[in-house]
Amino acid sequence: MTDKEHLKQIRKNIFCTAYKGGAGHLASAFSVVEILYVLYCKGILNYRPKDPLWEDRDRMIMSKGQGCLALYAILSKVGFFPESELNTFCQPGSSLGGEPKLGDVPGVEASTGSLGHGLSFAQGIAMAYKTLGKKNQVYVVIGDGECQEGSVWEAAMSASHFQLDNLTVIMDNNKLQAMGKVSELMSIEDWGEKWSSFGWDVSVVDGHDVEALKNCLGQEHQAGRPRFVIADTVKGKGVSFMEHVPIWHYRMPNEEELHVVIEELEIKKEELGI
Amino acid sequence: MRTAYLNTLQELARKDERIVSLVADNGLIVYDDFKRDFPKRYFNFGISEANMVAAAAGMANCGQIPFCYTISAFLAYRSYEFIRNDVCFQNQNVKIVGIGSGVAYSTLGPSHHATEDIGLLRGLPNLTVFSPGSPLDVRNIIHAAYEIQGPVYIRLGTNNEQELYEREYDFKVGKAEILKDGRDLTIIVTGRIAADVLKAAKKLEKQGIHGRVVNVHTLKPFDKEAVIRAAEETGAVYTVEEHSICGGLGSIVAEVLAESRIGTKFYRIGLQDCFAKGYGTYEEVKKANRLDADALCEKILKLHCGQ
Repeated sequence: MTDKEHLKQIRKNIFCTAYKGGAGHLASAFSVVEILYVLYCKGILNYRPKDPLWEDRDRMIMSKGQGCLALYAILSKVGFFPESELNTFCQPGSSLGGEPKLGDVPGVEASTGSLGHGLSFAQGIAMAYKTLGKKNQVYVVIGDGECQEGSVWEAAMSASHFQLDNLTVIMDNNKLQAMGKVSELMSIEDWGEKWSSFGWDVSVVDGHDVEALKNCLGQEHQAGRPRFVIADTVKGKGVSFMEHVPIWHYRMPNEEELHVVIEELEIKKEELGI
Repeated sequence: MRTAYLNTLQELARKDERIVSLVADNGLIVYDDFKRDFPKRYFNFGISEANMVAAAAGMANCGQIPFCYTISAFLAYRSYEFIRNDVCFQNQNVKIVGIGSGVAYSTLGPSHHATEDIGLLRGLPNLTVFSPGSPLDVRNIIHAAYEIQGPVYIRLGTNNEQELYEREYDFKVGKAEILKDGRDLTIIVTGRIAADVLKAAKKLEKQGIHGRVVNVHTLKPFDKEAVIRAAEETGAVYTVEEHSICGGLGSIVAEVLAESRIGTKFYRIGLQDCFAKGYGTYEEVKKANRLDADALCEKILKLHCGQ
């Protein structure tokens, strides 16, 4: 399969998962697909799906827990758990909830959902690896809207102060939050300037370009500095009517919209159980 | 209490390199020995309590045993959601150590008082809550906290508490200690105000009232049996805490009594759903809030004898 086919398959799984569960933040998951695909499928992260707690693994903290549909789709794709488990999403007895939970889902490294926690938690992991003299890398995916939480900036200061050059933050810069455009709700002039002034090594990349992401994330860390990657993305990417439209943070498609999704993501009706 | 904490921590850290110390711009000078002996295991997060607590959870997730230390009020209130989601929900082996609990920061006022922390924190699943009454309690509690594989909150006073015990006692997590026995009534107390309660109990003796004093060093898990025994054997239970009567020791005891269906005289002494009044020395602020030994004695006498 080509990257394009893999990515379409992941988006298809995300949609089928949410459709069967009757819930989920679809658009938040669609924007982060390429980022997770590159981390897990393009040799960036070291991990063993059959040994999820392998001591030498790299850590990937999904701080924007609302993107967990994408995380679940990727984790099942690379073998942390069977893809069939996606069918249980948000249903009684399932371990796959609407926000990821540590311990319940192999490969999930932190319980998130309340924003502004993942970076501080990941920072503690990165500090522990430093203290223990270990080489594991730590990755965190945060949202641009999430950066409105004050705790993000507490961690931005301290991760830089503690010189955590084993820590990479990838910001899924999809420019939307629950109620509208990030720029209208809480405008920030220049993300790069902000993080750079906090002491981070900043780069900007097209968050839907697999090669560009791979090149960016594959680069060596600058010694003594944590890394901040601004991944420019489109919220709702892959389904035409969801792209750039805030309401898809919450909504599920109606019957008419469903036909469009089925066509664009090449879903067979039986895959949706209809 | 602070010296007892630091000495015990130092002792444990010497034996176990998994122990790390995290502070949030609090502990000048007093942490010097730890910094000197374990420079790579000491981290000052600056004025960012929530960030410190979540980072501690991350460290614990890698097998370390972080002891987070700063002013109780800032830990309990400022970082509450981080204690809940990062530490308790994920059941991480983090020890949260608050200094200056109750009204210890008596000249600074309620911004620095921890007088609702028990009510807030005892509701958190997986969290063990300790509230020592004396330096010996602290020593035992720190050893116990180290042994517990999970989240712990320790509510320290400051550093000039007198010892309540004449000798070492058989410390058990979740088992209250009888500091003074008596048959007429029971005063159940938590925290450093236990010293005032003992003084009040001695005053009551002079009035012919022989009170039992029970020190609750572990608020969660809670020693229900000690309360039930007190109610059955003495017929009157009064709680004393340097904390709001809402959600703290008094509420815990009320829950136990209500569920045990024992009819007994009962009253909660503490801050009556208000912030502590006034400034001054610790003794003066207690006095202003009717929590000094004389006021406690007077209140209990009134409750007990209807005087």
